[in-house]
Amino acid sequence: MLSTILVVAPLLAIFGYLIYKGASSLNWAFFTQIPKPEGEVGGGMANAIVGSGVLLGLASAIGIPIGIGGGVFLAEFGRGTKLANAVRFTADVLNGVPSIVMGVAVYGLVVTPAMPFSAISGGIALGIMMIPTVTRTTEEMLLMVPHAVREAALALGVPNWRSVLSITIKTASPGIITGCMLAFARVAGETAPLIFTAFGNSNWSVALNRPISALPLEIYRYAISPYDDQHRQAWAAALVLVVLIVAAVSLVRFVASRGVLKGAS
Amino acid sequence: MGVGIEVASLNAWYGANHTLQDINLNIPANHATALIGPSGCGKSTFVRCLNRMHETNPIARVTGTVRIGDLDIYADAKPVEIRRRVGMVFQRPNPFPTMSIYDNVAAGLKLNGYSNRHVLDEIVERSLKDSALWDEVKDDLRKKSGASLSGGQQQRLCIARALAVDPEVLLMDEPASALDPVSTSKIEDLIFQLKSQYTIVIVTHNMQQAARVAEKTGFFLNGRMVEFDSTHKIFTNPSDKRTEDYITGRFG
Repeated sequence: MLSTILVVAPLLAIFGYLIYKGASSLNWAFFTQIPKPEGEVGGGMANAIVGSGVLLGLASAIGIPIGIGGGVFLAEFGRGTKLANAVRFTADVLNGVPSIVMGVAVYGLVVTPAMPFSAISGGIALGIMMIPTVTRTTEEMLLMVPHAVREAALALGVPNWRSVLSITIKTASPGIITGCMLAFARVAGETAPLIFTAFGNSNWSVALNRPISALPLEIYRYAISPYDDQHRQAWAAALVLVVLIVAAVSLVRFVASRGVLKGAS
Repeated sequence: MGVGIEVASLNAWYGANHTLQDINLNIPANHATALIGPSGCGKSTFVRCLNRMHETNPIARVTGTVRIGDLDIYADAKPVEIRRRVGMVFQRPNPFPTMSIYDNVAAGLKLNGYSNRHVLDEIVERSLKDSALWDEVKDDLRKKSGASLSGGQQQRLCIARALAVDPEVLLMDEPASALDPVSTSKIEDLIFQLKSQYTIVIVTHNMQQAARVAEKTGFFLNGRMVEFDSTHKIFTNPSDKRTEDYITGRFG
């Protein structure tokens, strides 16, 4: 009981404080308008909300396939090989790389005259950050699929690759989806990797090769600004960011659970 | 229709462990053949050599010849082709947990690229009828998961799944050892009906079960086949002293 309170209390405290500080600044304009020039009251964060969506879409498109591919390799095809141990070690180290370092590294490697500050480089930075989490959860979930289920598929004359794709991954899919959602939620709030890559943009832009705005960047920029109205908007943006993450994760879980049959474990 | 199985000088290893030593026998078509013997005697390894499942373990090795019908399974064909002709039912029911009852039965065909809905429907119905499960599940075919059935139903589902790919031989590795007596007797009735269409090889710890379902019985001990004869002879007048000791319960 006490531990339940200890677990839930920080979440409720954060959520409650965000609502207290941010809810009053939420209005129609916040979701439909772009920021007003410095010092002017009003405006909104439509560009940052959409920008975060674009960045997370790009990051998921990069991080989820590579991450799942890595996990499938580790659990099914490379088990016990030196390459697999190297991949696993790399994933664990990558997981520990501070996000600001990731931003600087992607800045150095990707942001060039040909590919300046842009949505793509921001998506790459976030996508790379998703890979280790997705890879390791995918591996663990696949290893939890009982040996008997694999044998059943092989004994039906199903080739091994087909059995992995259609039986093992499918059986492990609830866990793999949870892993992807964890990675998604983690990078959704990342600011540091975006400072050097997506850069931020006060205007409306969804072009992939131009700087793009994102909620965490706007929160950071507004929170250190000298204007009270921007402080209030930063709180509102923080609240929106948290709500959107919760909504996205819930939506994926709901969609994923609709296909589940009665009595399936 | 079932086909006969000829096994000559079959040897199998797990790593350095020589689990099957020089097995020779002929399993007749369209009969049930029981394999008995104490735990670890090699009878499960033996049936796993008949559909090349033994070699799915990376440390396993096998030599010798096995002919199923006119096919030398270690020389003439790929493992996946053999496993479509030789179905297998395992000790513990192992339905695919995320699939519906229908998809479990159709899995072998669907995963090998077969997609004609109409034909699949027919095969699923026929397989479930052949495994005596149809009446219990026909209303929930697509709604319920295979894992939601009882243990005995799951095992009959696994039998239906094996039958759906239309094998010639059905291998059963202690198919009733995890089931209650009622479910066990249903499985035994089923073996009785199925052997008119398939050649059945059943591994069992239960000697009464061997006596009830099988025409032929083989006794395995320490990786060797001690005796292979009609079930009646094995249980009433075995030629080998070790067989007699085992069936009278003096060891094992």
